[in-house]
Amino acid sequence: MDLQNQQRIKDAADKFGTDCVVVLGSSDAEGAEIYAETVSNGDPTFAGPLAGVPLGLPVYHVFDPVIRAECDPKAWEEQISMMEMVLDTEKLAAAVKGIRDQYSKNVPA
Amino acid sequence: MSSVGIKGYSYCLNHVPELALHYGSTPFGEREAKGESDFLHGLPAAVQTWDKAASYAPNLTYIGAMDYFDFEAAETPWTENHLPEPKRFGKYGEIMPEPEFICLMAVCDVFDLIWLEKSFAEEAAAKLLKDPVLTEAIIARINGLHSHVHEISEIEAEISGKKARPLYHNGAVAGCVRSGHEVDDCLFPYVLLENLACKAGGVLALMHLIKNSGIAPADVDFVIECSEEGAGDMNQRAGGNFAKAIAETAGCVNASGCDIRGFCAGPVNAIVAGAAQVAAGVRKNCAVLAGGAVPKLYMNSRDHVKKSLPALEDCLGNFAVLLAPDDGTNPVIRLDSVGKHSVGAGAAPQAIMSALVYEPLAERGLSFADVDKFAAELQNPEITLPAGAGDVPAANIKMTAALAVMKKAIEKSGMDDFIKKRGVIGFAPTQGHIPSGVPFIGTACDAIRAGKMHRAMIIGKGSLFLARLTNLADGGSFMIEPPEHGGAAGAVTKDEIRAVILDILSEAQPQ
Repeated sequence: MDLQNQQRIKDAADKFGTDCVVVLGSSDAEGAEIYAETVSNGDPTFAGPLAGVPLGLPVYHVFDPVIRAECDPKAWEEQISMMEMVLDTEKLAAAVKGIRDQYSKNVPA
Repeated sequence: MSSVGIKGYSYCLNHVPELALHYGSTPFGEREAKGESDFLHGLPAAVQTWDKAASYAPNLTYIGAMDYFDFEAAETPWTENHLPEPKRFGKYGEIMPEPEFICLMAVCDVFDLIWLEKSFAEEAAAKLLKDPVLTEAIIARINGLHSHVHEISEIEAEISGKKARPLYHNGAVAGCVRSGHEVDDCLFPYVLLENLACKAGGVLALMHLIKNSGIAPADVDFVIECSEEGAGDMNQRAGGNFAKAIAETAGCVNASGCDIRGFCAGPVNAIVAGAAQVAAGVRKNCAVLAGGAVPKLYMNSRDHVKKSLPALEDCLGNFAVLLAPDDGTNPVIRLDSVGKHSVGAGAAPQAIMSALVYEPLAERGLSFADVDKFAAELQNPEITLPAGAGDVPAANIKMTAALAVMKKAIEKSGMDDFIKKRGVIGFAPTQGHIPSGVPFIGTACDAIRAGKMHRAMIIGKGSLFLARLTNLADGGSFMIEPPEHGGAAGAVTKDEIRAVILDILSEAQPQ
């Protein structure tokens, strides 16, 4: 995750704590895992503002059924349904869930 | 309906591993921040020779030494299936070795910025002079290269005392790029090195274009340059103008030029701008071109080194396309169906693909099946996959197929066939503006001329947000197809009408 985005997440977490939920849109499972880890357990590459900063933020992939259920179906159809056909949605959601289960706090049941 | 002919095209690579080792932004940044780190120690072992680069299928496809359709069928991984012999030249251009390219950079320098060591300069110049595409203007400049030649002691003093950046050959200093200003960082040696490399690549592509198009340098009347470099000083950072500088060096005495920028969407926007000027009658022979980007050399090499793979990002990419009035003999760009990603379209991939692919088709009542090949973002996947950036052209054709399903142009079960048949496999170096669809123009035009293809769509997408001015991306697209009879192609010129009238009048004369 680039350094500017790490700072943005850190600023938001400073303000809202773990009420702040991060929704990822990465198209690659390996990348999604790294982003998820960055915002929950800290930057694994130790390069950015979140190095050694375990924010514990709840993190989801946009293709997680929990997020999908929150979305306006019309907006989903217009903006996301095409990518749903292209990407391995289950793998992406599972990759982020694996990290969330380990490091996120304040995850709704 | 306006259409513009594509009269010629050229594609070149400059194989520059020593520039990459020292000035690619990834190794350069690492060296500045950490000194000689483990990554930098490991990088030289990943360097590939010119012979390897010039027998590597994607590179040969780029310069037209391997037919694109043979490349589609080539054995993978390409890194383990090199062609038996290296090839310097292809039907579109060449893979120039580093010493000659550094010499060409010096030839393109008119401000005494590049100094070369004597024996290096003489040997490189002798080889460069054998290049069959050199214009008279360039030959004259090579013959005047002595003004750039200096003793190694002078070069070393310039490096140690005046912040010049060294140029290397076989690991030893062979020259330097000097500073253009004491305090203006737009004119510091690194920036000037970047710009002179971009200029030299543009000059090489233009010379190949002139040869491939069968025209003289004086026939080019306008040049549009569309790289991602910025030429200027601190008062007009990136003020330009690469285009005119390139035209001058190549000897295009009747040309002027300007630069167009748009990150990776630059080339498509530049071609549309050039085509519009030709269609309007403002220009006759408009060359749209770009040299390469030094900072992007070895951009992903950290991952390549980590995975013990060859560092493939050792080539600068250059291209040039000649746009001319549609005379019915050349494949054409149609200007009535150009894809544009408008501000209000939204940033979702779906919105972008719809704007760039679906809307231009719908405008003309065409379907997805009317396009033989969709060429979007043609990055070589053997570079991007190990770096976790995915197979970019494959992702784009998958999105196009998904869009076709949504628009009910194909069944979902037909997606795989659509992707295989209408996608283009990436063969371009990761040079930002270079992979953006334009490397396929040559193949598309050749296939259209041969009657093997009817229509191709060229798609470029740019990450504007990297400049911190907007969160938007951008994109553009256009279609290439055979010339139409009866349109601009079939129109009769005033000269032709005059000739017919004179014929009739002469026949009407009393004998």
